[in-house]
Amino acid sequence: MAEQTMGQARPQAINLLKVLGPAHVWALGVGIVLVGEFMGWNYAVGKGGALGCLIAMWVIGLLYTCVAMIDSEITSTVAAAGGQYAQAKHIIGPLMAFNVGLYLVFAYTMLEAADIQVVGFLVQIGAADLLGHDLGATNWQPWVVLSLAILALLNYRGVFMTLTVNFWSTFIAFLSIVVLFFGVKPWSPGEILLHKDLLTDLPYGWLGVFAALHFGIWFYLGIEGTCQAAEEGRSPGRALPLGTITGIITLLIAAGLTWYVAVGMLPWEYVGWDLELAPLYDVAKISGSKFLHIFLFIGTLFSAIASANGCINDAARAWFSMGRDRYLPAYFAAVHPKYRTPFRWIIFMIPIAIIFAIYVPLAQIITFSILSGLLNYTFMPINMWSFRNKWPLGSIKRGFIHPFHPLPAIVLMVLCIATFFAIYLGYGNQLLAMMLFYIIASIWFVVFRYKYVRRGDQFTMPWPKPLGY
Amino acid sequence: MWNTLEWIAWAASALIFLWMVYDGWKVGNEHSEDVLLSSREGVDELIPEKKGH
Repeated sequence: MAEQTMGQARPQAINLLKVLGPAHVWALGVGIVLVGEFMGWNYAVGKGGALGCLIAMWVIGLLYTCVAMIDSEITSTVAAAGGQYAQAKHIIGPLMAFNVGLYLVFAYTMLEAADIQVVGFLVQIGAADLLGHDLGATNWQPWVVLSLAILALLNYRGVFMTLTVNFWSTFIAFLSIVVLFFGVKPWSPGEILLHKDLLTDLPYGWLGVFAALHFGIWFYLGIEGTCQAAEEGRSPGRALPLGTITGIITLLIAAGLTWYVAVGMLPWEYVGWDLELAPLYDVAKISGSKFLHIFLFIGTLFSAIASANGCINDAARAWFSMGRDRYLPAYFAAVHPKYRTPFRWIIFMIPIAIIFAIYVPLAQIITFSILSGLLNYTFMPINMWSFRNKWPLGSIKRGFIHPFHPLPAIVLMVLCIATFFAIYLGYGNQLLAMMLFYIIASIWFVVFRYKYVRRGDQFTMPWPKPLGY
Repeated sequence: MWNTLEWIAWAASALIFLWMVYDGWKVGNEHSEDVLLSSREGVDELIPEKKGH
């Protein structure tokens, strides 16, 4: 009876489509991140040397393993678009939800702008390297705008095709790393790989290792994006943990292979301050194999495209979800009646992404993204403690229960604090400016926006009252 | 040759953006805001279908 009444009240409700499986979730998470294996991570080598970068890769790998475990449990239970935003509003409260939503929107929008900027540069480099055009006579801007146009169109016309394209782009990019690894004959040390000659001690000591944590994030930044597929998963309780855990395993393997190949063929001073943008592509160029040269160009390009594609998808869901609860203007909560996508935000973000991609330097865009991402990770342990305390095991149905609680939450919190300090060493002003921005935004939300929030309707999970309330 | 490709890229981008803006405008005209904003978190369209089988 209740169902019939509900159905009559909303005969034309248009919701997001539930069409995604574990492979799409994997493609979303790994697709956003894998570009970090092709570029960006190498600045960790510049901070701490090759071995310092390896230590940072392990430590940050542990951080992200904790992120994946915690996210898998909570998202398999809170199956709603918005990911960590939806988790925060159900588990902690509106102010935290607003902040987490902003972290997500900023992290993904900035990463998307960085990705399409990289696509433009890569096409320019490819035209020079592979086709022989004069680098100075070619422009990168048209390819930035065209890649954004095509990816925005994909996202506009439906999530299934968007993430199917992401699956194949990501798979080819990952395959290129594996092929490169075998192409440089790891079974024959000294022939192509020269670790014995190239690996040095820690050039800047343990402080350098500490500073390397900042760029170690690049190996894995964005895996938490799998949560944004929650509302569109056919079976979120199964697909999200499976996609997220296999995603982090893929990234740990890719990170290991990337480090091993790059520091075995290039001196750490070059890898650390690579002005050629992409160290794996550089390795392929000096391997002497034309096939590897072309394949790594394709892999690098596809990784950037997959990342931008996934970021558009995730930023759109975060913004859409906040609009639906009136944390932001409801206008953006519209769903396309034919394609079932949050189409208004996809159109709205196009000029923003183009301005950042064309006019803001890559390093600054990336720093905005990293800082917002790290703030999101710092929220996760607090969220996990609160979730287990308010709804203990057995009180609600969980799609996945992560082991060893509260150890992953404690480890995650400690590593986040350490990484904040590492970022402060290199980008202290940006970190403080970002914090100030979020404080001002929080004041705006409390004073001007909270009165519009759907305070009761936003809680949609059929859970019992939390323990102690 | 490369110069021509760049102009094609600009033109294709403009066409795609214009189509999306036009389609977004058309959808806004053909449907009321109540319908477009009717999405609800936690609603599972697959459940009624399963019950029908």
